[in-house]
Amino acid sequence: MDIIISNSSNQPIFEQIKQSIKKAIATDELKENEMLPSIRNLAQDLRISVMTVKRAYDELEQEGFIKTIHGKGSLVATKNIELLKEEQMKEIEKYIDKIILISKSSNISKKEILDTFEYLYGEED
Amino acid sequence: MENILEVKNLCKKYNGFELQNINITLPKGMIMGFIGENGAGKTTTIKAILDIIKNYTGEIKIFGLDNKKYDKKIKEDIGVVLDDMFFPEILTPNDINTIMKDIYKNWDSKLYFKYLTDFSLPANKAIKTLSKGMRKKLEIATAISHHPKLLILDEPTAGLDPIARNEVIDIFQEFIQNEECSIFISSHITTDLEHIADYITFINNGKIILEKTREELLEDYGIVKCSKEDFEKIDKKDFIKYKKSKYEYEILVENRKAFNKKYDINTIDKITLEELMVLMIKGEK
Repeated sequence: MDIIISNSSNQPIFEQIKQSIKKAIATDELKENEMLPSIRNLAQDLRISVMTVKRAYDELEQEGFIKTIHGKGSLVATKNIELLKEEQMKEIEKYIDKIILISKSSNISKKEILDTFEYLYGEED
Repeated sequence: MENILEVKNLCKKYNGFELQNINITLPKGMIMGFIGENGAGKTTTIKAILDIIKNYTGEIKIFGLDNKKYDKKIKEDIGVVLDDMFFPEILTPNDINTIMKDIYKNWDSKLYFKYLTDFSLPANKAIKTLSKGMRKKLEIATAISHHPKLLILDEPTAGLDPIARNEVIDIFQEFIQNEECSIFISSHITTDLEHIADYITFINNGKIILEKTREELLEDYGIVKCSKEDFEKIDKKDFIKYKKSKYEYEILVENRKAFNKKYDINTIDKITLEELMVLMIKGEK
């Protein structure tokens, strides 16, 4: 699993870890019931604080992506395809918001945006 | 015993300087960064924790035990790096091994020599021939080779180049793989602490002015940059400090997201410890 942390990103480090793990779950790189690295191990490997990894794991657990078994560690929860899709949609909405913001501030019409989208998206497979 | 170190109402008076009601709580398995300007009281606090200065008041517990009453027992399980080297300069790293074997029951010569090798330190050269960086590394190797549970480090990375700092930070992180172990580390090289410290305690002028988790400070706190016009629209209770410069206002806020929701000001960045220190000390309210 790749976990890539950018220090210059305005996105919090725990958030970046969450995204990487969610992506690995979505792409099946992390399988159901597969163990995640321990909090301390991951902190050491990423050279970040234990609390940062803990925050990421705690939130992933609250959101239902992983579960923690006391004394054993954390593992990937039973996959919830709907939940993953919803997450991705939220991500997409953020970008769309940005598109709308830029287009409005520079007088680019909705149609122009939609045309560009159609063009760039290409054929649906 | 969940807290490895507890300091309650520590006070100490010197000529013209005063430590006032210092409170510190460091849980097991965590790293606390202790930051502040030179002369803010970092070293004095550390010396009180180690009970090597006199006439301080307050309660200090290490491993749940009183630091004065159980001095001997506690010291077996602490590793210390202080600002000044405590070994005579004619000794060699080999000599240190011989001495430490007699001092600590748990001294691990094998581990000590492993660190010497990792740090490329010569075992049979006198300390006086070693560079400043090499001495620091020797002190760290010495502090950690009796399997302590708590490391107390005063400016451990001062004088080290980036490569050596990196090696040292690796060792600190290796050390807390055991969740019974903690590190209390004072530094004004804040970038070292930004990533690995779980807690940040900020001392200024003998007083603790901030104690937060790294997450709260570096992810939630923010620095807003805006014009005078925008600044005047901001409610005073929504920021901690501000600093005015020729072209902009820099404003320290406790929660970037909350601020962003309330105000239509777009430039809000994460804060670095360095910026935080400057704003807390030089900023106005």
